[in-house]
Amino acid sequence: MSNELLDIKKLETFFYTRAGIAKAVNGISLSVDKGEIVGIVGESGSGKSVTGFSIMGLVDPPGEIAGGSIKFKGEEIIGQTEEEWRSFRGAKVSMIFQDPMMTLNPVLRIDTQMIEAIRAHEKVSKKEARRRCVETLAMVGIPSPAERIKSYPHQFSGGMRQRVAIAIGLLNKPDLIIADEPTTALDVTIQGQILSEMQTLCRKTGMALIWITHDLTVIAGLAHKVAVMYAGKIIESGNVQEVLDEPLHPYTHGLIGSVPSRNKRGQPLYQIPGMTPSLINIPEGCSFRMRCPHADEICMKEPDETISDNGRMVRCHHPL
Amino acid sequence: MSDDKTPFISCKNLSRVFVKKLDFAGKIARTLGSKIREEKVQAVDSVDLDVMPGEVLGLVGESGCGKSTLGRMLCGILPSSNGDIFYKGNNVKKMSTKEALHYAINVQMIFQDPYASLNPRKRVNQIIGEAPLYHGLTTKKDLDSYLEDVMLRCGLDPTYKNRYPHQFSGGQRQRIGIARAMAVQPECLVCDESVAALDVSIQAQILNLFMDLRKELNLTCLFISHDLGVVEHISDRIAVMYLGRIVEIASVEKLFSEPFHPYTQALLNEVPRLDKRDVDFAPLKGEIPSPLDPPEGCHFHPRCAHAMDICRKVIPEIKETAPGHKTRCHLADV
Repeated sequence: MSNELLDIKKLETFFYTRAGIAKAVNGISLSVDKGEIVGIVGESGSGKSVTGFSIMGLVDPPGEIAGGSIKFKGEEIIGQTEEEWRSFRGAKVSMIFQDPMMTLNPVLRIDTQMIEAIRAHEKVSKKEARRRCVETLAMVGIPSPAERIKSYPHQFSGGMRQRVAIAIGLLNKPDLIIADEPTTALDVTIQGQILSEMQTLCRKTGMALIWITHDLTVIAGLAHKVAVMYAGKIIESGNVQEVLDEPLHPYTHGLIGSVPSRNKRGQPLYQIPGMTPSLINIPEGCSFRMRCPHADEICMKEPDETISDNGRMVRCHHPL
Repeated sequence: MSDDKTPFISCKNLSRVFVKKLDFAGKIARTLGSKIREEKVQAVDSVDLDVMPGEVLGLVGESGCGKSTLGRMLCGILPSSNGDIFYKGNNVKKMSTKEALHYAINVQMIFQDPYASLNPRKRVNQIIGEAPLYHGLTTKKDLDSYLEDVMLRCGLDPTYKNRYPHQFSGGQRQRIGIARAMAVQPECLVCDESVAALDVSIQAQILNLFMDLRKELNLTCLFISHDLGVVEHISDRIAVMYLGRIVEIASVEKLFSEPFHPYTQALLNEVPRLDKRDVDFAPLKGEIPSPLDPPEGCHFHPRCAHAMDICRKVIPEIKETAPGHKTRCHLADV
């Protein structure tokens, strides 16, 4: 239990829009241990990014955390004052976003942005802060960091920019990093470099990582644990090996079947019929009911989480 | 005119250079003796490629390697700077107007972004119906039933034909894009990253649609993608591009089982797979160099583990290492 870093219980994040309440995160529970890499997988609109934002306290109106609890090292973080949030973000948990061009300020040099991030949390001299910045840039694999730190974001390539964003996330040695699709916009070889960088960092520093992605194949090689999200709920979670080898939920099964792979070359891919429901109008009962080949009357009732001894969770009336 | 041996589309020595012209101030600076010069990007550098009738040729490479430029040139929507394109054995430049029209209709393109490639002010029936009506493939009277056929074939509900693109989801829009291309009954499709913007489950639907259409109509297809998993799934042959040049071309089986070029090997290593667990990522070092200033000799040598002296000076020729397996690497001579 002492190993537990983050414990989310029945978290609900709703967006109160004019069209109705969008239940982006609808009662999810998830725990992350120290040094653990957890993957959150889901399609667009499944609520995986909002989960990340909720942990960082970055949900803006009309969104609101409507219920549940998030405990970080045993302490509740929902309901912190804005001041407490500010010392929490970046220092204890930091987040890396999908598009590094949007997260870096284009009119400030990298050193300005990085030194600012350190001095926001600690009272250190500018010189000392710069030294740490250069060190961190070297750690994420930027060649000649002492010169490159004086560049503007546009002088970096996409992969390098993402490294800078990761370096900024690492500056204050957080215990947990939330990475929201950080490699989606990058090429395979650059994605490989970033994945390798993150993997070594986690192994070296004992930092935990939540990797949010739509790409099951990335999770397969990287994560220890995986949670599959669908329409605001985690519908299956557990050890990566077990979930990918023997998926219990029909949705996970369908997702895995729809990934093109060498075993099925030229064969039709498995199709999940229909599309993800609108979060404003989630069907009653099991939200996957409309697209599920096994659905029957009992699925009109919301399925509960069934958790087996080894921590494998599934939310389905007819697990495979 | 054409049999199974004549490539459906082929190109010889095809190149494309993009030049950023000097502005007024630049021109003055040059007249005054400044060393300023026009910036040139060799997007596609003497590419020879054959697309055989009925085959799916996958074209892979990282962003900026020129794969889209090549696809656009083969499709006839972007003029080439140098080299020739042959459609069913005839040089495109020397075609009669009638033949050129046939080529333009018969080779259709499907684009990456289903949000940007459909005119938001036109209804679906206009988007799909305009071309076949113009080219006389149907008459105004029969247009409705013609549209219905095309839409059903592409998995669209014909009752939606009066809607605008914004009323559809991403996957459905991509189907509209496909229907628009299919409406003129082409024999060849050029798909430029056509599934890259879609979710996995939707991507599977569109890939299945491609495979069905291809079987049904015996389509020839050039499938451009950066996703090796997708290309591997649907292609017969694969060409790998790096910085404007094709570095390796082989059948899918050969390319994946015995990749020859170090870049192909690295690329294949990088592909994340469902059955690869707990990987120790050992990435390829460095990045794709700027096409404004490509390295001399073999473009790949700064990142290559096997680089020799000759690689830094001489551009390797494309060589056949095994039947149907061509590669552009000095290692093939050793």
